[in-house]
Amino acid sequence: MFHALVAIKQVPDTTNIRIDPDTGNLVREGVPAIMNPYDAHALAAAVEWKRKLNGRVTVISMGPPSFTTTLREAIELGADRAILLSDRKFAGADTLATSYVLAEVIRAVHSDDPVDLIFFGKQAIDGDTAQVGPGVAVRLDFPIVTYAVNVRAIDLNEATIVVERKTERWTEVVETPLPALVTCEKEIAAIPFAPLPDLIKSLRYDPEIWTLAGPVEFAADEIGVRGSPTIVYQMGTPPLPEAGEKINTREAGVSATLDLVFKKAEDAGVLDAMLGGAQ
Amino acid sequence: MTTRRFWVYIEQEQGQVHPVSWELLGVARRLATEVAEEAAAAGDVISVEGLLLGHDVRSIAEEALQYGADRVYLMDDPVLHSYRNCPYYMSIASLAKKYEPEVFLVGATTLGRDLAGAIATALRTGLTADCTKLEMGEVKGASQKLLLATRPAFGGNIMATIVCRKHRPQMSSVRPRVFPAPSRDPNRQGEIVEEEVEVTEEGARACILEFIHAKEDAVDIEYSDVIVAGGRGLNGPDGFKLLKALADEMGGVVGATRPCVDAGWISYAHQVGQTGKTVRPKVYVAAGISGALQHKVGMQNADFIIAVNSDANAPIFEVADVGIVGDLFEVIPAMIEDIKARKEARA
Ligand SMILES: Cc1cc2nc3c(=O)[nH]c(=O)nc-3n(C[C@H](O)[C@H](O)[C@H](O)COP(=O)(O)OP(=O)(O)OC[C@H]3O[C@@H](n4cnc5c(N)ncnc54)[C@H](O)[C@@H]3O)c2cc1C
Ligand SMILES: Nc1ncnc2c1ncn2[C@@H]1O[C@H](COP(=O)(O)O)[C@@H](O)[C@H]1O
Repeated sequence: MFHALVAIKQVPDTTNIRIDPDTGNLVREGVPAIMNPYDAHALAAAVEWKRKLNGRVTVISMGPPSFTTTLREAIELGADRAILLSDRKFAGADTLATSYVLAEVIRAVHSDDPVDLIFFGKQAIDGDTAQVGPGVAVRLDFPIVTYAVNVRAIDLNEATIVVERKTERWTEVVETPLPALVTCEKEIAAIPFAPLPDLIKSLRYDPEIWTLAGPVEFAADEIGVRGSPTIVYQMGTPPLPEAGEKINTREAGVSATLDLVFKKAEDAGVLDAMLGGAQ
Repeated sequence: MTTRRFWVYIEQEQGQVHPVSWELLGVARRLATEVAEEAAAAGDVISVEGLLLGHDVRSIAEEALQYGADRVYLMDDPVLHSYRNCPYYMSIASLAKKYEPEVFLVGATTLGRDLAGAIATALRTGLTADCTKLEMGEVKGASQKLLLATRPAFGGNIMATIVCRKHRPQMSSVRPRVFPAPSRDPNRQGEIVEEEVEVTEEGARACILEFIHAKEDAVDIEYSDVIVAGGRGLNGPDGFKLLKALADEMGGVVGATRPCVDAGWISYAHQVGQTGKTVRPKVYVAAGISGALQHKVGMQNADFIIAVNSDANAPIFEVADVGIVGDLFEVIPAMIEDIKARKEARA
């Protein structure tokens, strides 16, 4: 039977982020928390294949207890089991420490109930690093296919998959042995409406909470701040560049305005570029 | 005496070098200069080094020397013909263990991101993504200057400077066009060191069955000299036709803000900004764009910025070299005519 695992992060909905006009800082209060959109699409793909191959889907997440809402949502969308790694000592993890914890958890799940395919989002929209997926694959020594847009075929007998991945230059069709890890673009699958039984199940479902106390053992110097080689050294606001000249067409008229534009362009040495390149 | 190595991954696919490689060689050279005094005092040697993997790519190694590398490590083998994660990251990780670079820069392209995260994990070191500023600086408690890697956080509203104190190399990824490309010196000499490739075809664990080249929308805004970009002020997809006319007249391409892309007025390939492309054209025209931070981070390095906005207080004017307060539907057509006339006058 097919067993897929999906790593899901809860993130602030950055499309709704507000900036305090006085301080220029992010207003965190009242910013809704959502399932990282790429992870939601990755989950949708895992659930599609679970239905095709009559399998099951396990989701895992590392974060504070508030992440349980997102894991319940994953059940609603068709996951069968949800595990939350939650411990204060995990906090402050950079991508290296995060990939350690997720890899150890996947190892534990895998040894009880072998996993065929692991789905990650291509990146988390709060950090945009796209580092955790490749990191976990390296730690597990699984082959990885990033920027997947379509899982074309899964062959459990041969233990292979065929995946389309999109790069800047082209789309590659890649065959790789299982178990493997894919990181997903939104095109990987559409997010379905939750069927009623899954909806009801999610209401009663409590994700398993795993902590430092068990069931997995973690090395203290690989987790949280201690396991993170990078630290934030300084924070600042971006410097303001010097503003150029402003001219109002209603006061100066359009043609005088454009004369100024071209004069400035000439001064800046870009007149040729303005006029369609060097002639 | 130790050698302080500043590494740059030279990205190529099918013999095509990604220009971000040269941009990063420029950065690495500058970083090396920033520790020159410190190194001289300690009797250390500094070396800017490129890393090149592929098959039949030696000519690219020579090009890298001309763009400023002192030395290029070349892994040339059929198994590296096309980029695949496993053989590439494993080969590079073993080289890094052998030479112990201090700093390692990789382009934040799809290929570079696939690779950098894997290398950093294999080496158990820190990696800072999408840096917009890099310098070697003194950090309290460190005996040598460290890489100060600055990147936007919280949607670009805050700049965070990240350091990697103990682990080596200090790795960063950088998006194309964030830094200028250095000029190429055809007479510049350096050393090409051929390295053994240990990974075999079996160890590659992936087989590329097919490359599919997209026909639609092959616009390359990243490396265009002229970009005419539009925002919500265009009022709809037709507004982009107007901008296209101006772009054609200027020999440039069309860019867009995210809301226009989200609304389906134009495709994602045109999006400029934090979640789109970073650009560095000679001329950037911003029409009907308010100038949100997430947009500005993608375009503020343009040589010359012309903003057209009816709101005199629009933040886009903060980065514009010349700000036109006015109606774009009046200004842009006038500009098209004006450019036509000027071109005729020149001919
Ligand atoms: C995490 C995150 C990532 C983001 N990434 C990006 C990104 O990559 N790129 C991006 O662009 N945005 C991005 N955004 C969105 C960004 O915050 C802004 O919402 C967006 O850039 C605003 O687009 P706009 O300037 O087109 O629209 P608006 O802010 O609505 O501005 C429209 C402007 O048009 C002017 N105008 C209207 N009519 C006319 C007229 N007739 N003539 C002249 N001027 C006129 C108005 O005065 C106004 O200033 C991101 C946001 C978040 C939270
Ligand atoms: N704390 C986390 N818990 C579960 N999955 C995570 C976590 N952080 C990152 N991921 C996964 O890694 C992907 C890439 O994240 P990032 O490297 O942070 O951009 C996400 O789309 C998730 O699938």
